[in-house]
Amino acid sequence: MSFAKEFSKGLWKEIPPFRLVLGLCPTLAVTTAAQNGLGMGLATTFVLVGSNIIVSLLRNIIPSKVRIASYIVIIATFVVIVELVMQAYFYPLYKVLGIFIPLIVVNCIVLGRAEAFASKNGVALSLADGLGIGLGFTMALTFLGGVREIFGKGTLFGHALMGASFEPLSFLVKAPGAFLCLGVILALMNVISDR
Amino acid sequence: MEFFVIFMSALLVNNFVLSYFLGICPFVGVSNRLDSAFSMGMAVTFVMSLAAVVSWAIYNLVLVKYGLEFLEIVSFILVIASLVQLVEMFIRRMSPVLYQTLGIYLPLITTNCAILGVALLAVLKQYTFAETVVFSVGAGLGFTLAIVVMAGIREELDAADVPAPFRGAGITFITAGILALTFMGFSGLVR
Repeated sequence: MSFAKEFSKGLWKEIPPFRLVLGLCPTLAVTTAAQNGLGMGLATTFVLVGSNIIVSLLRNIIPSKVRIASYIVIIATFVVIVELVMQAYFYPLYKVLGIFIPLIVVNCIVLGRAEAFASKNGVALSLADGLGIGLGFTMALTFLGGVREIFGKGTLFGHALMGASFEPLSFLVKAPGAFLCLGVILALMNVISDR
Repeated sequence: MEFFVIFMSALLVNNFVLSYFLGICPFVGVSNRLDSAFSMGMAVTFVMSLAAVVSWAIYNLVLVKYGLEFLEIVSFILVIASLVQLVEMFIRRMSPVLYQTLGIYLPLITTNCAILGVALLAVLKQYTFAETVVFSVGAGLGFTLAIVVMAGIREELDAADVPAPFRGAGITFITAGILALTFMGFSGLVR
């Protein structure tokens, strides 16, 4: 029961980055296309689940004074795994995401879940929490990437969508478009949740 | 001349916040008031230059020599975390006033992705030692510039009548978008 609860809260109630305004750098930087958002989201999910499990397993061993440093080392280890795996098997995506893969280390969502949840709860619940928040983050990034790709390039996952007469708003796939899109989406979320 | 190009590029053209999207969290979180934004910017610039220089030394003098490049991320983040700790202790001893002003922002710098970003980018671009110094100082001042301008705008926004759904984070991002648009005007300055 509570397993399902911890899992599902990440998908809507606490969906990052829309509800929990955390992890903004990758959110804005890589969502120029739906596929990049999806890849970044899944990479983060892997790190989140892995670090949540290890932090939860070690929660009674790590002294509280050095906990943040220990969490960062655990997270960094998983990030190195993701980076090497992507380099080996998903090289084009690795090239596009670039510096933002190593930067998962300092994604506040990952450290935030380790500190706020995994250090206080059991392994199963921490896994559910990491998976839920991670998939919520993936959904959000894919959605934002999709919106920017559809209106900015007229495609979705690389498939032409809007027909030949559509003039793409290339502004949206550039830096300012990322800020504007996120601002409008946050406002829409407020409108929906105020109902 | 080359140093000038690197500096201007990090400061304006490829501004870390508005064009690379690095350090967005403090950019949004600490840009409420002008004075705290400036303190944050200065603290970030200081830690950023130190971190970039030390990371550069560790990467080029230790990791490459022993073929341990895969430890790049782990060692850099440890360098940054310990530097922040050191700087915090140092400032507390030397200048309690400054310590009070910076307050909570100091420890927060550890998870500022702009810091790790500068260290990683300097290695990625294969900068020399001197270029790394110029690059990191330019990037830090660019961060300061962006966050101070943003704080100035947001102080004015407090008095504006913002539509209800946009209040809070929404209008902040719209503002940042327009700011990013103006910074795009620098893109012809240096390549």
